[in-house]
Amino acid sequence: MALTREEVEHVALLSRLEFGEGEIERFTEQLNSILEHFTALQEADTSQISATTHVVPMLNVLRDDEARPSCTPDEALQNAPERSDDFFKVPRVVE
Amino acid sequence: MAEYEPVIGFEIHAELATHSKIFCGCSTEPGAPPNTHTCPICLGLPGVLPVLNRTALEYGLKVALACHCSVPSPSIFERKNYYYPDLPKNYQISQKRSPIGLDGWFEFEVDGQPKRVSIIDIHLEEDAGKLIHPEERSAAGQSLVDFNRAGVPLLEIVSGPDLRSIAEAEAYMAGMRQLLLYLDVSHARMELGQIRFEANISVRPKGSTTLGKRVEVKNVNSFRTVTRAIEYEIDRQIEAYEQGERVLQETRLWDEARGMTVAMRSKEESHDYRYFPEPDLVPMVFTTEYLNGLLAQQPELPAARRTRFIEQFGLPAYDAAILTSEKAFADFIDAAVALGVSPKAVSNWMMGEMLRLLNERGLAPEAMPVQPRQLVELIALVEAGRINTTQAKKVFEEMFETGRDAEAIVQDRGFAQISDTSALEAIVDAVLTANPEPAARYAAGEDKPLGFLVGQVMRESRGQANAPMVNELLRRRLRGE
Ligand SMILES: [Zn+2]
Repeated sequence: MALTREEVEHVALLSRLEFGEGEIERFTEQLNSILEHFTALQEADTSQISATTHVVPMLNVLRDDEARPSCTPDEALQNAPERSDDFFKVPRVVE
Repeated sequence: MAEYEPVIGFEIHAELATHSKIFCGCSTEPGAPPNTHTCPICLGLPGVLPVLNRTALEYGLKVALACHCSVPSPSIFERKNYYYPDLPKNYQISQKRSPIGLDGWFEFEVDGQPKRVSIIDIHLEEDAGKLIHPEERSAAGQSLVDFNRAGVPLLEIVSGPDLRSIAEAEAYMAGMRQLLLYLDVSHARMELGQIRFEANISVRPKGSTTLGKRVEVKNVNSFRTVTRAIEYEIDRQIEAYEQGERVLQETRLWDEARGMTVAMRSKEESHDYRYFPEPDLVPMVFTTEYLNGLLAQQPELPAARRTRFIEQFGLPAYDAAILTSEKAFADFIDAAVALGVSPKAVSNWMMGEMLRLLNERGLAPEAMPVQPRQLVELIALVEAGRINTTQAKKVFEEMFETGRDAEAIVQDRGFAQISDTSALEAIVDAVLTANPEPAARYAAGEDKPLGFLVGQVMRESRGQANAPMVNELLRRRLRGE
């Protein structure tokens, strides 16, 4: 199941990653060798094992519905690349 | 021209009425100053652990059970990956493979006929933040983000494409909103974005069983605009088929100013969400006892309540439908009747004056200023003959405006019905002396002048005479009955 250059470009776009010349080829190759390891995994017989969605043996971890104090706007915004008053400022997105 | 039929389904998003967010303790109270209800969890900072809100889960399950869904066990959360500035983690915690409700149905009435719609799935997720696009020139090129809403619990209800007309679509939306209110799990106020409807619409030649290309319509924020957008889409798609054009499967936005839907520009929207199980939240399993316990808490739902109002209260079907259309109305009449007054009397007041005043003032049923006890007291004053119905309407209106009790208003305005026989006799005598001709005609057996004479007595008494007593007095005086 070889990964194509187009698929790698698509995944790069979805991940908001930009690659320079030659990098796409290099990553296509590297990703393909990683995927090859999975073909080895697929040979394992899992017919007697039920699907796992979680590796920690815990279920139903719930908290009570109680509101607790939040951060101040200054705390919330301290890592914001840019702010405008108490808002996070981002490049214009509008349809 | 061939006949077409619309095929409509809905995705409904409802904010659940919890105190705190779905995965953290931040408040869900709307209207707070920007970014005052945030914390490392709902801001998506690295290394934090979300923990599920028990009440959000319960509320979601109550809806799933009321919609006759099966509840998968385990049910799991997954990450829905996409980039948008209102989504701080770059993924939304949602459910896909194993949501809390699957394969149910919802029944409601359209023009008095029952209609059943399939519910494909019901799942829990977190709301996104709010984006603001400032108009000022100085803010060109920027958008502002408020994360107060990020992490508010959302329930998404996905229906099958089972609706075949605008009327059915409207009744479905109203019915679902009603269900959420009756279950007491969402405030479901559309103008606050607490309930949002996304319709998917296609048209096909009548009689065909294949589905056309479906168009999803977003950006509708009132029941009226949803309906308008659906109407517009149906016409647009029929027109396209008639012209031999293709209808694309796409998402369109409702443009309120132009009264039309417009294709979304961005092709970003690739629906490549790469769902995978959320490793920070453990699976949920539900015992039969737990689910039965939730079912046992289920309140009387609209259809059952309507039937009870017809059978026990003896209300006409139309009145019962109106009074159960809003939970606040149904609760009002139940509370009033519990205070020992006839359901019909309460219903008459509600269907008449109460609805009229709420409409005139543009008030929601929950904002009704008159308490059930106050209406019961007013009805008692009428039944005791203390005031007549014309006066009672004035009292009700003042009660509605000021919230004061009937007794106090009656005292202040000097309303009192003249039920004292000797006082009434004096007025009747004066009226008969002043109007000998109609009096003689009535005495001679003609019925028509009676109304005129009663009217004169009412006028003389400035509306305070007890009308049934006046009738009786006139009959006795002129006809010896
Ligand atoms: Zn938070």
